[in-house]
Amino acid sequence: MLKFAPALTIAILIGPVTAGIIGTLLPAFGYLPALGGREVSLEPFRALFATPGIATSIRLSIVNGLAAAVGAFSIVIAFTAAFEGTRTFALMQRLLSPLLSVPHAAAAFGLAFVIAPSGFVLRLLSPWATGFERPPDLLILNDPGGIAMTAGLIAKEAPFLFLMVLAALPQSQSRESRQVATTLGYRRVAGWLLTVFPRIYPQIRLPVFAVIAYSVSVVDVAMILGPTTPAPLAVRLTQWMSHPDLSLRFQASAGAIVQLGLAIAAIGLWIAGEQIVAFAGGRWIRAGRRTAADGLVSGLGAGAMALIVTGMALGGMAIGLWSFAGFWPFPDALPAKLSAANWAMALPRAADTIAITVGLGLASAFIAVALALACLENECRRDIAIEHRKLALLYLPLVVPQIAFLFGLQILLLLIGLDATVYGVAGAHLTFVLPYVFLALSDPWRAVDPRYARIATAIGARPSRVFWRIRLPLALRAVATASALGFAVSIAQYLPTVLIGAGRVETVTTEAVALASGGNRRLIAIHACLQMLLPFAGFLMAGAVANFAFRDRRALRIAS
Amino acid sequence: MQKTIAVALAAIALAVLPARADDPDVSNWQAILEDAKGETVYFHAWGGEPRINAYLGWVSDRLAAEFGVNLEHVKLDDTAHAVSRIVAEKAAGKDHGGKVDLVWINGENFAALKEAGLLFSPGWAEKLPNWKYVDVAGKPAVTTDFTVPTEGLESPWGMAKLVFSHDSARLKNPPKTLQGLLDYLQEHPGRFAYPQPPNFHGSTFLKQVLANSIDDPAKLQRPVDDATFGQDVAPLFAYLDKLHPKLWREGRAFPQSAADLRRMLADGEIDIAFTFNPSGTSAAIEAGELPETVRTFVLDGGTIGNAHFVAIPYNANAKAGALVTANFLLSPEAQARKQDPQNWGDPTVLNVEALPHKDRVLFEEIDLGIATLPPEDLGPVIPEPHASWMTRIEEEWIARYAAQ
Repeated sequence: MLKFAPALTIAILIGPVTAGIIGTLLPAFGYLPALGGREVSLEPFRALFATPGIATSIRLSIVNGLAAAVGAFSIVIAFTAAFEGTRTFALMQRLLSPLLSVPHAAAAFGLAFVIAPSGFVLRLLSPWATGFERPPDLLILNDPGGIAMTAGLIAKEAPFLFLMVLAALPQSQSRESRQVATTLGYRRVAGWLLTVFPRIYPQIRLPVFAVIAYSVSVVDVAMILGPTTPAPLAVRLTQWMSHPDLSLRFQASAGAIVQLGLAIAAIGLWIAGEQIVAFAGGRWIRAGRRTAADGLVSGLGAGAMALIVTGMALGGMAIGLWSFAGFWPFPDALPAKLSAANWAMALPRAADTIAITVGLGLASAFIAVALALACLENECRRDIAIEHRKLALLYLPLVVPQIAFLFGLQILLLLIGLDATVYGVAGAHLTFVLPYVFLALSDPWRAVDPRYARIATAIGARPSRVFWRIRLPLALRAVATASALGFAVSIAQYLPTVLIGAGRVETVTTEAVALASGGNRRLIAIHACLQMLLPFAGFLMAGAVANFAFRDRRALRIAS
Repeated sequence: MQKTIAVALAAIALAVLPARADDPDVSNWQAILEDAKGETVYFHAWGGEPRINAYLGWVSDRLAAEFGVNLEHVKLDDTAHAVSRIVAEKAAGKDHGGKVDLVWINGENFAALKEAGLLFSPGWAEKLPNWKYVDVAGKPAVTTDFTVPTEGLESPWGMAKLVFSHDSARLKNPPKTLQGLLDYLQEHPGRFAYPQPPNFHGSTFLKQVLANSIDDPAKLQRPVDDATFGQDVAPLFAYLDKLHPKLWREGRAFPQSAADLRRMLADGEIDIAFTFNPSGTSAAIEAGELPETVRTFVLDGGTIGNAHFVAIPYNANAKAGALVTANFLLSPEAQARKQDPQNWGDPTVLNVEALPHKDRVLFEEIDLGIATLPPEDLGPVIPEPHASWMTRIEEEWIARYAAQ
């Protein structure tokens, strides 16, 4: 049984993406008979590059996407280096955990509610401090340079990377390393960067790639916070893909291929950066310098993390307030009247939606975790490591912009009669959930010390007993976290749900985005709340399960 | 390439033109009612407005009770998604049992589907029993969708007209001309905005400016003439060049929808907003989204108006049910409920004067709301330009203002 798991997993990862990519490549080169494209040509690419503002769109995608990834990564590493093992770190862990579960769209709404000229911060400060009776005419959201969008991405990606670091820390012997470094005279940040970071980084490298690919091709956050004159490439592709002028499909497909290239190029740039950092690190070690601007790094790391937590907390508050608000004019800091009327009206209608959302999330997370565990266990038992080339396959659904292969995928599912069903949507979700679950699980799993299993085998335990009694318990926290992550990823899916579900399978996310075009802040807030609460509940459960299982195993609990 | 595609689409159109054997015969209404019983109709309609969604919930209840039709509202954030879906089904050769049974549509989406021959047979709309109430003479837009003849391929559902709104507590006498708007913004920079084209409302604002500034408005009823296009739109862009530095955010960012615009009016970010629904403002006040001091007005010389429709895709699964739904949407009962700002506030396509007394009363009893102009004050209707104008000025707009 177990030996078929990798093949099945790879089929789930590759099948839809390959079919989808072919469905994208053909029209990208002019071939889509249903729309009259019968010959292969470069015309779609010519049309793409002749589009006004396309260079700006491409620049926004790659520069702001990379900036967001670098920003989020630096903040997390600086903070962890400066504070790991301290009370501040434990506090941040508690504060950030809820943020992990917030879907991107909800986080973007929250941030927009806070930083807009008519937003929460200026409402709190006006008119007593600012003198504003009306919202000032300031360009904060949707700025042409994409600063708000980049900030939104950082605020959302930093907690994700932080979670990945947390999941990797127990395997890194960080406390011992720090102690050794300290006795050798290294300051805290320098010691951590030189001894712990090299062991953490390989474990979080894949998630970092996912963050880069995501940030470069983001659609939902960019639509809410990003520039529109012009918008980043992925947003424009999405618009072309659903434009009534069907001939735009060709240049949209060509753009999707370019988008794929951008994601690859961004990761390539990052890898080049890795080389530079590794080289610099090597020199640093040989030079023996004991400090790393410790004060500055810890100040910046703590400041940035505090800003993220405060911003997101205010966003959550603003969302919560709006969901209960009556008429709430500027500059009132609080709504004149709070009532449950909005909720009472919305909840009964949302009951089915919530049930479907949870069902899809549980099903796709459960299947994904089971498959990932089967693959990893298979790898352990046969004592093979998945080749690097095969691992890259995992990235297909994360690196290829969703819009690019979903159109082709839609046609495929239509042919086998699975479109517009919850099964089709669950399958599509699985394609996106599986990589994240695999990414979240594989490194912690492989980092489980193999000597325990060898000892168990030596004293006569069968492979299945080793799995259930040794490896699974040792990796339980990672398994629980990965399940919750899979659940959250499923909830956040927008395009796959809309396209494969033909609009008939409604989740809280599709509802929220549909409502976003209506601009009713109360209903947006209610659905953003639902979007946040469901995954939050998932992570709470995961944490509770791990803490309960480890209640008398101190070394397996995260140091606090 | 545009041309090759047009030719190919025409070829597809020819291939699908012959009526299919399983298509229902609309003139035999009794048979349609029989067929429709027990059918589930998937109505793909924009879902961004809770009031409209609630109205469709009522329609669904009524259809189930009276005709045994189960109506499911598939909430779209953009009608183009439904168009994409129909095209994808066509591409996959799925000529029967399609997922879209009925779609809320007009303008370029309709033109695209009509041209590709992806709509259920011509003339069905005019054979509906309730068609006799439609005000074809008084509201020419119900048979001409953005200058494209509907040929009975879609059934009118409601009327729309560009109406401006202002908060009378801040601005007593709003400017009634575009020049007046410009003058007002010189004094109060940043207090007006329009949604970013190709957003439908933003494009409508452009069309309003175009209709007011072009040398010969009759040109707009014909497709764009490349030879004179530059000259025809020069006054439009000269106006926008003057307007943009005085716009909200100096025209460097734009609201993304009319609802965004409404929110900005409510927050006091802008002084003048607009909507395409004459009683939308009253409905928004009712819902606590706008202050009670907001009032509406129209520009001297009239504003753009059009109609919106429902259409049935060629491969719809529940055609009989879709027909029954379309007919019910045209009934005086459904139309009157829709016109009430408490429910939606969307103007009727029917000729109210010609209705039987008991139906006319339904309309006369409606309280149009505090901010709604009575029909006689809505001013003349400027018809929608040919769809090619919208496409061209949108492209031109994007190249000038959204591609720095």
